[in-house]
Amino acid sequence: MSKIAEAFKNGKAFIPFITCGDPDLDTTKLVVKEMAANGADLIELGIPFSDPTAEGPVIQEANIRALSNGVTTDDVFAMVKDLRKEVTIPMVFMTYANVIFSYGAEKFISICKEIGIDGLILPDIPYEEKGEFLDVCEKYGVDLISMVAPTSGDRIAMIAAEAKGFIYIVSSLGVTGVRSEIKTDINSIVDIIRANTDVPCAIGFGISTPEQAKVMAAEADGVIVGSAIVKLLEKYGKEASKYVGEYVKSMKEACHVS
Amino acid sequence: MTNTKGRFGIHGGQYIPETLMNAVIELEEAYDHYKNDPEFNRELTELLNEYAGRPSRLYYAEKMTKDLGGAKVYLKREDLNHTGAHKINNVLGQALLAKKMGKTRLIAETGAGQHGVATATAAALMGMECVVYMGEEDTKRQALNVYRMKLLGADVVPVKSGTATLKDAVSEAMREWTSRISDTHYCLGSVMGPHPFPTIVRDFQAVISKEIKEQIMEKEGRLPDAVIACVGGGSNAIGSFYNFIEDEGVKLIGCEAAGRGIDTFETAATVNTGSLGIFHGMKSYFCQDKYGQIAPVYSISAGLDYPGVGPEHAYLHDIGRAEYVPITDDEAVEAFEYLAKTEGIIPAIESAHAVAYARKLAPTMDKDQIIVVTISGRGDKDCAAIARYRGENIYE
Repeated sequence: MSKIAEAFKNGKAFIPFITCGDPDLDTTKLVVKEMAANGADLIELGIPFSDPTAEGPVIQEANIRALSNGVTTDDVFAMVKDLRKEVTIPMVFMTYANVIFSYGAEKFISICKEIGIDGLILPDIPYEEKGEFLDVCEKYGVDLISMVAPTSGDRIAMIAAEAKGFIYIVSSLGVTGVRSEIKTDINSIVDIIRANTDVPCAIGFGISTPEQAKVMAAEADGVIVGSAIVKLLEKYGKEASKYVGEYVKSMKEACHVS
Repeated sequence: MTNTKGRFGIHGGQYIPETLMNAVIELEEAYDHYKNDPEFNRELTELLNEYAGRPSRLYYAEKMTKDLGGAKVYLKREDLNHTGAHKINNVLGQALLAKKMGKTRLIAETGAGQHGVATATAAALMGMECVVYMGEEDTKRQALNVYRMKLLGADVVPVKSGTATLKDAVSEAMREWTSRISDTHYCLGSVMGPHPFPTIVRDFQAVISKEIKEQIMEKEGRLPDAVIACVGGGSNAIGSFYNFIEDEGVKLIGCEAAGRGIDTFETAATVNTGSLGIFHGMKSYFCQDKYGQIAPVYSISAGLDYPGVGPEHAYLHDIGRAEYVPITDDEAVEAFEYLAKTEGIIPAIESAHAVAYARKLAPTMDKDQIIVVTISGRGDKDCAAIARYRGENIYE
């Protein structure tokens, strides 16, 4: 069974995201440990990419900060290897297809297995293109996470039926970033997913407050938050771990209440 | 890869967010329907002929031919189209298709501004809203085109992210499309991006080679020995090549922007210096580092200043059917001035890359051989920038 399933055994899952190397990898390590200590169930680690086309301004800037400090994929691997001595909850990479493709899919994914990365979230790999990496992912037992969007409609059943690890439900149209309101009918998306798979589903894009987390956690199995955390990194830089820890704690509590 | 669509050999595909998948599927279905619809084709032909001024001339450049002392040089005059470039061919097709699909708003990226102007023009003509994304750096290099777009009723959004050039304008237009799909068509300007764009744009630009073939048969009674066009994403080049791909005797030559040289980092010559990658919805060749970070490319030409190339060009390169040669800024500027003085034609700085290679190639060929060079656009927009390149400080 997928190790990612463990993340959904502790009530509704809270899944925080950060960009590795923003502002530097030592800070990333501290932040990841704080998140794990404060109730994060699964952590999404972003490997920076020069042109993150699915990201809003907040995470775009985090990618630029990390890359301008010279952070590479190999540096991120070394950091994760080190983190795994202390952090035992599931962790996945979130990055873009070219980061994996240019590294060599087999090499990249075998290293994921070796250092303890449990899954990959690739926003520019839709269902039709998952063959690019799927065989290698299966070979090494790394879950290639499927995404479902508000526009997916008749595609949801097909995507859900083949999903591994968890399903990432994109809450809203557009790119990542904080939103004051989420209007999508998540309920009916979740119903179709449930009818086609037992794989858990978590909702991301636009969620930032405990109130939103509570509402969204009631709709699905977990909640994903990126930009709101990256904003704390932007604001507090190397001092961010304490603030992120407090934030994660409040969000996990909100997920529990639902 | 059992489900993948829109492949040219290993290139192409649909590497885009799930949010856009139904939009590109809807576009593909609409295109497959309308491309064989007589009424759609009648309307498009009428627009191309009556509004854009097609067919464009195939002009025998006699003075250039004599000066170079080799092959006969013909110029395919896409610069004479309405709005001054080949971009209008594709835009009229896509705008008409978007209208049939019930879309009321066009968004587009632009580099030099020619595609943005063409999109703004079609939107004005068809009563559609229009927003154009343009790198902030390019809005400075091509201030006149920014004004033209605004005059035509479009909103121009300067893109500040990344290198603030064409690649960032494409990224921003894609981001915008994911946030507003139901009433909006992304009018992509080149043979790139996810399927079906490389096929749709190629089909709408293929009118260039269809006409060249008819015109050269009429004038010379034979096919040309070589067809030369500049390549950024590659839309005028694929348009110039497409109907000759089956004619093995016709050499197809794409001219890439080498910027300050392919041995420097200040280049945009993708086929010559890039490697296989996945970006902007497609698998193709890209200028990138060993970790797959897309390179900040450079060319004097805003329209060729792009780190990738369309997937069909990548395929034509792989199978050896087309050849891709690098042309530096210096060579392009010299060709820009040469064509102005020799033939009284000021080409776009993009097209000047093709003229530059013709100047090298023609003298090596026999006098009974024929070269066709596509002049993809007119150079008025570039005059101030070229003057500055030559040290004359004029501003529009």
